[in-house]
Amino acid sequence: MSDFAQTLITAIAIGSLYALIALGYTMVYGILKFINFAHSDIVVLGAWSSYTLASRILPKLGLNPHNPESVPPIWVAAVVLLAAMVFCGAVGFTIERLAYRPLRRAPRLNVLITAIGVSLLLQNVGQLDYVFGASPQKMPPLLPSWELASFTFGEGETARRLVIGLVDVVIFATATSLMLMMQYLVFHTKLGVAMRAVSFNTDTAALMGIPVDRVVSFTFVLGSTLAAAAGFLYVMKYPGMNQPAHTIWVLLGLKAFVAAVIGGIGNVRGAVLGGFVIAFVEQFGAFYISTNYRDVYVFTLLIVILLVKPSGLLGSPLREKV
Amino acid sequence: MSLLKVDNISVSYGAIQALRGCSLRVDEGEIVTLIGGNGAGKSTMLRTISGLLKPKQGTIEFEGKPIQGGPPHLIAQSGLVHVPEGRGIFANLTVAENLSLGAYSRSDHDQIRKDREQALDLFPRVRERLKQAAGTLSGGEQQMVAIARALLARPKLLMLDEPSLGLAPQVVQTIFQVIREINKTGTTILLVEQNAAMALKVAHRAYVIEVGSIEMEGPAADLASSDEVRKAYLGAH
Ligand SMILES: Nc1ncnc2c1ncn2[C@@H]1O[C@H](COP(=O)(O)OP(=O)(O)OP(=O)(O)O)[C@@H](O)[C@H]1O
Ligand SMILES: [Mg+2]
Repeated sequence: MSDFAQTLITAIAIGSLYALIALGYTMVYGILKFINFAHSDIVVLGAWSSYTLASRILPKLGLNPHNPESVPPIWVAAVVLLAAMVFCGAVGFTIERLAYRPLRRAPRLNVLITAIGVSLLLQNVGQLDYVFGASPQKMPPLLPSWELASFTFGEGETARRLVIGLVDVVIFATATSLMLMMQYLVFHTKLGVAMRAVSFNTDTAALMGIPVDRVVSFTFVLGSTLAAAAGFLYVMKYPGMNQPAHTIWVLLGLKAFVAAVIGGIGNVRGAVLGGFVIAFVEQFGAFYISTNYRDVYVFTLLIVILLVKPSGLLGSPLREKV
Repeated sequence: MSLLKVDNISVSYGAIQALRGCSLRVDEGEIVTLIGGNGAGKSTMLRTISGLLKPKQGTIEFEGKPIQGGPPHLIAQSGLVHVPEGRGIFANLTVAENLSLGAYSRSDHDQIRKDREQALDLFPRVRERLKQAAGTLSGGEQQMVAIARALLARPKLLMLDEPSLGLAPQVVQTIFQVIREINKTGTTILLVEQNAAMALKVAHRAYVIEVGSIEMEGPAADLASSDEVRKAYLGAH
């Protein structure tokens, strides 16, 4: 029972991260109809820039970044998160501007290949010595390791504890509020209507007086800030950080991409749903069957969904695309 | 001074030349129609005027300022509003959202509300469907939404690309009636049509385009009674 509940908590936390990342894939696909392979590298950038900033701020506060006991005041976490989001938003803007915009009228394949190029560039620049370096690091703790609630099940030898940690709650709460803000933006603001119009037909949107290029830029900035938040939250939960080009990051991005596809690529709500579905399949598969195959469950689900409902769970001919 | 002046433009899609040295003008207050058969280049003309296509040569002036080559959103904002062929409805948005996009670059909210009421008065059927996804509307209703939406942009010049396409005769009547009314309230109109009979009836002046060049021009009534036009476009023998 307690193991089940613990798995549930992890699945919810991880699911909200997948959802955050999946939103970026799905928004860019909705508007420009290509898979932005460099999106997962923005997540990495979010994680590593959080690390860089945190390990510079902490000594200034008289704290040792390598001491897991020395936790800074909570505003430090907020500042680091915001800074990472702003920084990644700017990088996302620049990438779109320099790499993708010149290809606006080019065949999709050209854009796709460019995206792979941008991804490789970000990974390898990230590993340069004077950037983030090519060795793993440990994220300094920014959140106290509080146990918000702890339950004990059973007695004596078989007793098991269920712990709800602050970090899980922070992940879920941050991700959920970001996603709610973004839902509001897309479905209830003028800019959101413009985004959906651009995603339906760029030319017709321009005929409405919508500055299409600016809407596209904004979409990239939005997706990149969400990715940065996901990167930050990810290393809050798993502080052991692999180097920027490590396959673990690629896999994280890939699963979020699978989440977007499963939900129905181009569909904002689908991306959120897909994120949670993926996390549940992965975590419960690992719990009930075997941890060794956790990635296999995810990709098996992808294949099944593609066979049964190729347009994804929420994908339909009249879908809400962004 | 003409409101719109297209001077000697040529437009190509890759190797296909769709317009060769075409000129036309639209004066303030007029309804001008551009008629011609399939593939003659009518839509290409409108898409070039609204900035979606760049002419290889020639100039386009709107209110005396050159606008050729775009960008389309600025041309639209300047009051040159294009309802594209096939209506250009955003099927994934509601009717109300579609209408709101017409007023995208405006911020005079009170006036927008009034304009919206006026536009909906022209098309009572649209009013009943505001909350519906626009993709679920019939073709005629979509055309009405497209025109109402264009009116919310407060066009100085409204360009309509085959508004009667695929509509039942009764609906076509309604649409043309509305086109007349819009023009009476002071909006200049450039109307592209294959339905030459109807178009020549509402228009003041007309141009005939054939495979990329303007072949005839003149008062609509004169063209309607000319032998060539009657043979080629009005089904007379
Ligand atoms: N996107 C395109 N790519 C290549 N050729 C095009 C494209 N659009 C139009 N054409 C060609 O340009 C020519 C003019 O097309 P256009 O759409 O302007 O004709 P039209 O007069 O609007 O015809 P219709 O009444 O059928 O709409 C045609 O020969 C057409 O095949
Ligand atoms: Mg046409």
